[in-house]
Amino acid sequence: MRKDLILRIAAKLILPFILLFGLYVQFHGDYGPGGGFQAGVIAAAMIILYSIIFGIRSAQSVISNRFAEFMVPLGVLIYTSVGIITMFGGGNFLSYSALEHDPVKGQHLGIMLVELGVFITVAGTMIAIFYTFVGRGR
Amino acid sequence: MALLTLMAVVTVGVVRLRSLFAVVILGGIYSFLMASVMIVLDAVDVAMTEASVGAGISTVLMLGVLHMTKTQEADPVHTPVLPLLVACAIAAALIFGTWDLPPFGVADQPVHQRVADRYLAQSIAETGVPNVVTSVLASYRGFDTLGETTVIFTAGIGVLLLLKGRHKSKDSDSNSRRDEA
Repeated sequence: MRKDLILRIAAKLILPFILLFGLYVQFHGDYGPGGGFQAGVIAAAMIILYSIIFGIRSAQSVISNRFAEFMVPLGVLIYTSVGIITMFGGGNFLSYSALEHDPVKGQHLGIMLVELGVFITVAGTMIAIFYTFVGRGR
Repeated sequence: MALLTLMAVVTVGVVRLRSLFAVVILGGIYSFLMASVMIVLDAVDVAMTEASVGAGISTVLMLGVLHMTKTQEADPVHTPVLPLLVACAIAAALIFGTWDLPPFGVADQPVHQRVADRYLAQSIAETGVPNVVTSVLASYRGFDTLGETTVIFTAGIGVLLLLKGRHKSKDSDSNSRRDEA
């Protein structure tokens, strides 16, 4: 697999666009279909494709195993802390309108942060599970 | 209808085939057909999730599992009569359950009588997000989505613990063996 020129070049061409599409799905989720779940999976798919073509080692130099495992609780932490911050702002748990003076802006910010949390957890989980599978196979 | 027929064909293939590699690929195809059905039903967000999670990641992970196990399904030890009866009974119960569902696409379904109309009318004014799916998912039902994220977190931690725990004990085995040698 490592010597396969066509696969390597094609993957090299495709990879940045997969990541770009993932980010598009993430940040355009307010306007079109998509959101944290889908974007997280797409981003994880990019890392997985990279490690299939170029080997697990070079993938782990991009996102190390520790970092992927760190991402799993980090996303939930971001999500929950947004909820707690809104409580300090005078609202209920996860009522984003309390994030800023303008409730609509607060909603926007809150949705973005929460989707970011979902993205981090989903991508981290997928990558960490894949790394563990590959590590066991050897 | 064509999609549903194709899905039925794929299901029969999954049941009949003994090669697990083909079954995994057919599972991916099934998810992809399901995603197409979702697009036909205008549920683009769900279709996207189904295509990326069902057809993409799970197929890759199942192939990863195949890498560790045999690629042929073992011959069944029992006769398939009892499982067949159970499956038929569950299918009958499910079909019986569908009789009480409201007809497809009727305007006065229970879903449309409570909060859905309010979401559709108010969500842009209240959240400034044009995609109602996102505003319901992340804002109105934010607590649900927190739960979903926690489910992924828990599942991921569980899988990692199961896989890593075994791996480490294997490592320590080989270490102790090396010590004996």
